[in-house]
This record gives sequence, C-alpha cells and structure tokens, in this order.
Amino acid sequence: MNFTKGEELLALCREHKIGMHEIMLRREVELTGIGEAEIKARLFLSLGIMRKAVERGLTEDVKSVSGLIGGDAKKVKEHNDKAKSVCGSLMSRAISRAMAVLEVNAAMGKIVAAPTAGSSGVVPGVLLTVAEEFALDDDTLIQGLLTAGAVGFLITRNATVAGAEGGCQAETGSAAAMAAAAVVEMLCGSPEAALHAAAISLQNVLGLVCDPIAGLVEVPCEHRNALGAANALIAAELARANVASIIPFDEVVEAMYRVGRALPCELRETAIGGLAGTPTGQRIKQELGSFSLCPR
Amino acid sequence: MKEYSVFDILGPNMIGPSSSHTAGACRLGYMAHKLTRGSIAEVAFHLHGSFAKTYRGHGTDKALLGGILGMLPDDERLRDAFHLAREQGMKFSFIEADLGADQHPNTVRIEIRKVNGQAMTILGASIGGGNIRVTEIDGVNLVFTGEYPTLIIPHRDIHGMVGRVTSILGQHGVNIAFMRVYRQQKGKAAYMIIETDGAIGDEVFREITRTDGVTNAYLVSLN
Repeated sequence: MNFTKGEELLALCREHKIGMHEIMLRREVELTGIGEAEIKARLFLSLGIMRKAVERGLTEDVKSVSGLIGGDAKKVKEHNDKAKSVCGSLMSRAISRAMAVLEVNAAMGKIVAAPTAGSSGVVPGVLLTVAEEFALDDDTLIQGLLTAGAVGFLITRNATVAGAEGGCQAETGSAAAMAAAAVVEMLCGSPEAALHAAAISLQNVLGLVCDPIAGLVEVPCEHRNALGAANALIAAELARANVASIIPFDEVVEAMYRVGRALPCELRETAIGGLAGTPTGQRIKQELGSFSLCPR
Repeated sequence: MKEYSVFDILGPNMIGPSSSHTAGACRLGYMAHKLTRGSIAEVAFHLHGSFAKTYRGHGTDKALLGGILGMLPDDERLRDAFHLAREQGMKFSFIEADLGADQHPNTVRIEIRKVNGQAMTILGASIGGGNIRVTEIDGVNLVFTGEYPTLIIPHRDIHGMVGRVTSILGQHGVNIAFMRVYRQQKGKAAYMIIETDGAIGDEVFREITRTDGVTNAYLVSLN
C-alpha cells in the first residue's frame, strides 16, 4: 500500500474504493508495524496540541521571544466577534486561528510542525474551523490529518517543504495544499477533488519567497499563515464546486520544486532579500542584534 | 531513501519557533545529557554560523540548555531552562564562535565540565527539520544522528572488540541497522557506534558495559 505520486495514490483510492486518508492510514500501518488504533491515538494527541495552541493564541497575551509579534491573532478574532467580517466569519476564524498558532510558536509554545514550524498555523486553523462550522467530530478531524499527511508526504517526497530550499511557497503553500485536500475529504468529497484542491493551493502561491526579518519565524510568517489558511479555503471551495486544476497535482509539485530551486538564495530563508532587505527590515535586524532578553 | 511517516509530515510535536534552531538544538543538548548521564557542573556552548547570529530570537540558547537538563523538544519547560539550570546549580554560558568554514551553519561545540571534574567536548549540527548529527566526541571524529536506538561505545583499540559486542547483540536478537568504528590513533581511544532496529534492553546494555575492553557505553535514542 505504498505510493510516491499523486496519480498512484488516486489509483489506489479507486482500486480499493476508499479515500486518501484511509490509504495513508494503511500505508502507515505497513510502514511502522504500529496498529491503526495506536496511530489514531497519536494523531489525537497531535490534534490536542493544535487545539491548545489555538486556544492559547486567542486568549492569552502571547509575545514572541524577540518581542516583534504577539496579540494580532486576538485582534482579528475580536474584530470578527463584534463587526461584520469582510471575508466572512468562517474565513476570519480560520485566519485568526492560523495566526494564533504561529504566535504561540514564536513565543516558544508547543505546536505541531505541519509540515514545518513556520507554517504550523495553516492546518489547525483551517481544519478546526471547518470542523466547527460543519459540526464534524474528532474522528473526521483525524481523517483530515491523514489526508493532509498524504499530501504533505507527496510534496516532501517529490519536492521540498523547507523554506531554505523552496521559499515560502514550499512551506505555507504546502501547508495550504494539505489543508485544502483535508477539507475536501472531511466534507465527503472525492479523492480526485481533494487532489485538485491541493494542486490549486500550490499553484496559487507559486514563487512566494521566504524573507523573514532578522531570520526569525515571525514577520512576515504570521501573515503568510493567514494567507495559507485563506488559500486552502479558496482551493477547497473551487474543488468542491468541481472546478479542476488544469495542471495535474504531480506536475504542479514538480513546477513548485523547480521554481523554488530557481529562487536566488537571498529569497530562501537567508534574511537577506525581500522584506528582510528593506530599510525597515534591516533596522529591526540591527535593533534585535543587540537586544538582551531577561526572562531568566 | 528514508520512508516518511505521517508523523514526519505532521510533526515533530515541538516547542517553537524553529525546527532547526529550537527542536534540533534541544536534541543536541539532549545528546550531551545522555553522554554525560546528566552529571554536569558547567557547560559552555560555542555557537557557529546561523546559530551564533540568531540564537536569542530562536530560543536556541534555552533549547540547548533544556536539552542538557534532559528535556526533549516538546517539553514546555524549555522556556524556563535558564531558571531550572540555575536551580540545579549548573553554570552555563553561550559564546559566539567561528568553528571553521567547512562546518554546517547550525553547529555547536558543547564544552562540559562534569560534577566529578572530568571534561567532555561534543560537536554537532542541526541539519534541518529537527534532525541532528553529532560529529565529534572528545576530539574523535565520528557520526551519528539518534534517529535509531544508538549505542555509543568508547573502547580500547584492541582486536576482537567488535566481535564481542556484536555477538551479545546477536544473542539477544537485536538487529544491527548500521555500524561504524572510529579511532584517533592505532592503539588509543576508539569508538564503536551501533544503530539498531529494535530497542536495546537494560540487560543487554549492562552486558555490553561489562565486556572486557569496553571503557564505557551510552544508549541514546531521540524517538
């Protein structure tokens, strides 16, 4: 029950008449020798960490280690609570939750890298919000994590999810692809539609650079996690309406990898180009270079 | 090529903000904890490359120290590592250093003085995604990652050592995945690094420790 390409995964789904999440679960059992119940129990633990990070980021006064970010997730949530959201309540909640996790991450809180720490907000932000909106139970959320895992595995196996190698498209783009496919399957869409959603998410941010100010996983990472959540929801919306990605998923992954390798190294997590290279980005870097922390 | 598990993709479960600068740093510290059995009076971390430039903002310092105190990357006490180290009376310092142009950008040299006065030096790098590589112990070049249950065995450089140790493993049904031997100089200190598929039980470990010519033995595993 192994696969290395999206096409092979879809063929397995058709052959066994089951979803991507179920194929991923069976693959995991074969790979590790661990039983289905134990694997699900571990995913349930991951889900718990995701929930707690969202909760912390939206209720506590979170401040990053450098002091650069913190409290913005809460602002977005409170705005949505009292005013009419310009992007709709569902998307607003997904965005604020994604930001919440990223803030907790930046504050040395506990998160699940999904697929990386820098993109850790997207999957929980989207999955927990869609589950809330559609009243889905935890078993369905676990299925969603398995779907997300299948897509993330394909991208890791055939391209990269590291910002240093592929830019932010490889991090928050991949996270969005994982979340988009998960949403489609959680809402009973076909594996084909789920993979279209993943392909659409990735192609929407092709070329997105990784340019963190002072090299820290803070700015613009937090906003890009918000973008990743929105990107996932947009792609899931299209795919659920039977809109297809003209370019197949496997080819989009390949294209993303090539684009990533073509990015100059200044735009791949080196904190030299992009926003990191702006006068303000440089000034902040200077200020942080000499900062001394005293939470000891 | 390593096969990715779903928990490689959705994971590690970790304290932020960075898998390489925080989780990987913690694992390097944890290796030092295992190799000293936790009895450390004083430690100096020499930080190289990106570690030197961004260690404060990434909490690399707290992660390294937390690891040395025995914490793993998902331990929420990492944030309070400075405080906890002081409580235990452990002295610690962080030094920005140039460890050489050929070193990985996220490299640290950990210089330790144990409670019994002995010194120990460990060199290692955080190579991405929270994965690590230890490349030197007390001046001896070697390589291990902690991905598998790993036996690190300093021993005398005499004939028959490898056979003695591996036959113990064989008798207990432990399969060796990878194995390497290292030494500084013929007849001097040598190291055996054995990575196994299954866990290594206490009894097996004790038997290896008691083997003639084995100076010491450490068992480390990050999973």
